[in-house]
Amino acid sequence: MIASQPRLVIVRQNVLKNNDVLARELRERFRQADVSVVSLVSSPGSGKTAFLERTLSALRSQYRVAAVVGDLATHNDAVRLARSQALVKQITTDTVCHLDAKMVDAALEDWDLNDLDFLFIENVGNLVCPSSYDLGEGLRVVLLSVTEGEDKPLKYPTIFNTADLAVITKIDLAQAVEFDLATANHSIQAVRPGMPVIQVSAKTGEGMDRWLEELYSFRRNR
Amino acid sequence: MHELSIALSIIEVAEEEIVKLGATGVTSIHLRIGALSGVGKRSLSSAFGLARENTACATADLVFEDVPIIAYCPRCREPRPISSIQQFNCAVCDSPVSDVVQGRELQVIAMEVT
Repeated sequence: MIASQPRLVIVRQNVLKNNDVLARELRERFRQADVSVVSLVSSPGSGKTAFLERTLSALRSQYRVAAVVGDLATHNDAVRLARSQALVKQITTDTVCHLDAKMVDAALEDWDLNDLDFLFIENVGNLVCPSSYDLGEGLRVVLLSVTEGEDKPLKYPTIFNTADLAVITKIDLAQAVEFDLATANHSIQAVRPGMPVIQVSAKTGEGMDRWLEELYSFRRNR
Repeated sequence: MHELSIALSIIEVAEEEIVKLGATGVTSIHLRIGALSGVGKRSLSSAFGLARENTACATADLVFEDVPIIAYCPRCREPRPISSIQQFNCAVCDSPVSDVVQGRELQVIAMEVT
């Protein structure tokens, strides 16, 4: 066999094109079903699940709400969230460090989107990997807990830059851990100028009104 | 790390192209990789080294082209580089900038095929 000469061909394809195409399809399905989709990303242990549990409980009296939650190995988060009596589905990613559009699509398989007003997607606890994957969400929320250090946004600029809203969680512990809110705000604004920042405590309920107001306004402006 | 997933997606794209081109193999895959793509070059290279085994890309190497972050500066009214990835300010006038117009790319731009 005669070896052919190597030649350079132009390709120009997005590496994640399959994910991007599916995410666009999801976004269109969400729009048609009039469901407002919010994704949550953060480090492990920043309080996503407690925050989401409280959010679901608060919204449930007025809205039809559901959540899909990503976790590496356990179903614990879904069990906790089910206490809010919202529809909940667990995606166990089995060592995969992020959710992608395909996993979200599969998780939604037996739900009728027309029965929902709000859908929350809780990503796997990770501030690196989820940033590359569009899930079709309309609002991407990044959480930062007061126990993590004020400079976290500077260490993970990509995820903060791709978010629409930052939520500082566990604000009830701020004093105990000497959290400097001004420095944290400054770090967030450095990597994502103009991003709204709200502070909440899922434990005491502080700041939850402001967060719910953001959700209502997101839904109104859809 | 998600670089293994990314490496598998690169192989998927490359294999599709090989079929389209009627090529027999690929010796290099050229990538444009934005500073805001969320992908590390070193970990991607090592993940790709594992993922390429027993695929049409088994002998292919990755060649990177870095894509810097450019954002639209409302004060200069021009797309501008930013101060640094930790400081989204216009590198020319120092105003905060939020409209990223370049730097999220993660693309297979070309391939050397046989």
